[in-house]
Amino acid sequence: MMFFDLSIVEAAAGLRRREFSARELVGAHVDAVASLNKRLNAFITETPELALAQADAADVALAAGTAGPLAGIPLAIKDLFCTEGVRTTAASRMLANFVPPYESTVTANLLRDGAVFLGKANLDEFAMGSSNMTSAFGPVENPWQRAGSNAILVPGGSSGGSAASVAARIAMGATGTDTGGSIRQPAAFCGVAGIKPTYGRCSRWGIVAFASSLDQAGAFGRSVADCAVLLGSMAGFDPKDSTSVDRPVPDYVAAARRGVRGLRIGVPREYRMDGMNADVEALWQSGLRWLRDAGAEIVDVSLPHTKYGLATYYIVAPAEASSNLARYDGVRFGVREDGEDLIDLYERTRETGFGDEVKRRIMIGTYVLSAGYYDAYYLRAQKVRALILKDFTDAFARVDALLTPTAPTAAFAQGEKMDDPIAMYLNDVFTVPASMAGVPGMSVPAGPDAQGLPLGLQVIGRPFDEETVFAVSQVIEDAAGFSAKPQVRAGA
Amino acid sequence: MSLDPATVRRIARLARIRVEDDAVPRLQGELNNILGWIEQLSEVDVEGVAPLTGGAQIALRLREDVVTDGGYAERILANAPDRAGAFFAVPKVVE
Repeated sequence: MMFFDLSIVEAAAGLRRREFSARELVGAHVDAVASLNKRLNAFITETPELALAQADAADVALAAGTAGPLAGIPLAIKDLFCTEGVRTTAASRMLANFVPPYESTVTANLLRDGAVFLGKANLDEFAMGSSNMTSAFGPVENPWQRAGSNAILVPGGSSGGSAASVAARIAMGATGTDTGGSIRQPAAFCGVAGIKPTYGRCSRWGIVAFASSLDQAGAFGRSVADCAVLLGSMAGFDPKDSTSVDRPVPDYVAAARRGVRGLRIGVPREYRMDGMNADVEALWQSGLRWLRDAGAEIVDVSLPHTKYGLATYYIVAPAEASSNLARYDGVRFGVREDGEDLIDLYERTRETGFGDEVKRRIMIGTYVLSAGYYDAYYLRAQKVRALILKDFTDAFARVDALLTPTAPTAAFAQGEKMDDPIAMYLNDVFTVPASMAGVPGMSVPAGPDAQGLPLGLQVIGRPFDEETVFAVSQVIEDAAGFSAKPQVRAGA
Repeated sequence: MSLDPATVRRIARLARIRVEDDAVPRLQGELNNILGWIEQLSEVDVEGVAPLTGGAQIALRLREDVVTDGGYAERILANAPDRAGAFFAVPKVVE
C-alpha cells in the first residue's frame, strides 16, 4: 500500500472503507519522519509513540463508527502551539525545556476530530523570520532543489518545518501560524497549499504569542480541499481568546467546489513591481486567464498604501513582540541564567535565551514604544495600518477576491539574504498587507519557475469569506495542474 | 533619526537584554538600518486618520467576572526554574 501520495480526503475515505488501518497509515508516516527528518530537520520533536497510540484509538473509533472527520490522519504541529505534556519550544533556547500543562484550542479541536500528531514542526524562533534560518534548533531543508543544482534551499518561514514536512510527504497536513506571511510564503516555497484565515477565525489561546493583533493560525495541505478540511476543524469560537469571533464555521469543503462563475476578481496594480521576476509575472497572468476562462470577471483595482505595508509591519509587529516577550524573564518557566541580582538575572537570561533576530525585534519594538518616540513611530504606524485596511475595504466594494503572487521569488538558498535583515523582510511584501488588514489569504501552488521550483499564487478575500478564497483557489489548483514532486520525499 | 551608542545601551536596558560593549557597534548599525528604512512612513499623510489597533474590527467582548480556571499550582510550578514551596523563587531583592 502506497500511502504517501494520498490526500487527506482520500485517506479519510480509505480508512472508512477499511482499505487500510490508521495504524498502517500512521506507522508509514512515523517511519518516514524517522528516516527523512535527519536530513530535513522539519521536526524539532518527534512523538512516534504518541502518534501510534492515537492511531490505535482512531482504529477503535473507526470500527465503532464514532470516528471524527480527521480520525487517523497524521499531522505536523508547528512548535508554537502548546501541546499538553509535549515539549513546546517556539524554536527558541528560551523554551528548550518548556512542557505545557495545557493544550492549545486549535490543537484540541484537531484532537477532538481524531487527528494524529507526528510531532512538533520546526520554525523561525518565535515565528520571526522568512527562511527558518533563525531556529535555535537549526535550519530546515526545503525538499525541493533547483534543476541541476544540489544547493540546499530554505523552506521559507516562519512555518518552514510545517510546509517542508507536507511537501516531503512525511506529514499529510500541518498547522501553521501567520503573522505577516508565515503560512503563505513557506507554502509557496515548498509547493503546497496554505491558508491564513481571517483574524479571529481560529483561537489564539495556547499559541505562543508573537504579535497578537496579527497572529492567526491556519493550515497546510497538498491540496486546497485538504486545507478546507483542516481549517474546518481548527476554526471556531473560543471564549478564552477575547478576539475570537463568535460566528458559525461554514462548510469549507463544499465552498471550495462552488467555482468562480460570476465572481469579480481584482488585480491590485501596486503589486506589479519594477524589476518583478519574469516567471512570477507570467504565472500571475496565467492565473488571471484561468479564472477568466472559468467564468470570472477580472477587474483592475488599486491598493494605494501597499508600498507602506512592510514598514508598518516592522513597527507594529516588533512593538507587540517586545511586550509579549517580556514574559520570558527566567522566573516562571523557560531557561534561567543566574545573575548578581534580579535585574542581572533577567538581562543574562534574555541575552542567552533569545537569538539575534528576536533580540533585534524586541529592541526595535522597545524603541518605537519608548517615551518621546511613540507618536512618531507606533501611533503613525497604526494610522497607516488604518489606511491599508481602508484600501482593502474600498477594493472589496468592487470585487469578491484579489489575485496576486505569494512571494517575489521562488525559494532561495540557505545563506542567501542573511547579511541584511531588510532584504529578508522583503520576502513578505505581497503577504503583509492582508495581515495588516486581518483579511484571509491563501497560497496555491500554480507552476514551476525556470529552475523547476514551485511558485505560488495568493488569493485574498473579504473578512470571514474564506469560502470564496477556497473557491477561487480550487479553480487555480485545477487549472494549474501542478503535479511535480520534490526531490526529497517519502516513497521516492 | 540615528541612534548613538548610549541610546542603544538604553534601549537594551529597557528591554532587559544584556549587551556586551563589543556588540554595541554591530547592533547600532543594524537598528539604524531598520529605523532608517521604516522612516519612509513619514511621507504618508495621516492627518485625521484614527489609529487601527487590531485586525478584528470588533469591540472586545466582556465576560462574566467569575473564576473559570485555576487551582493547579503544582502544574504551573512544574516549569519553574527555581521554586520554594508553592512559590517561584528569585534572588533576594530586599536586603
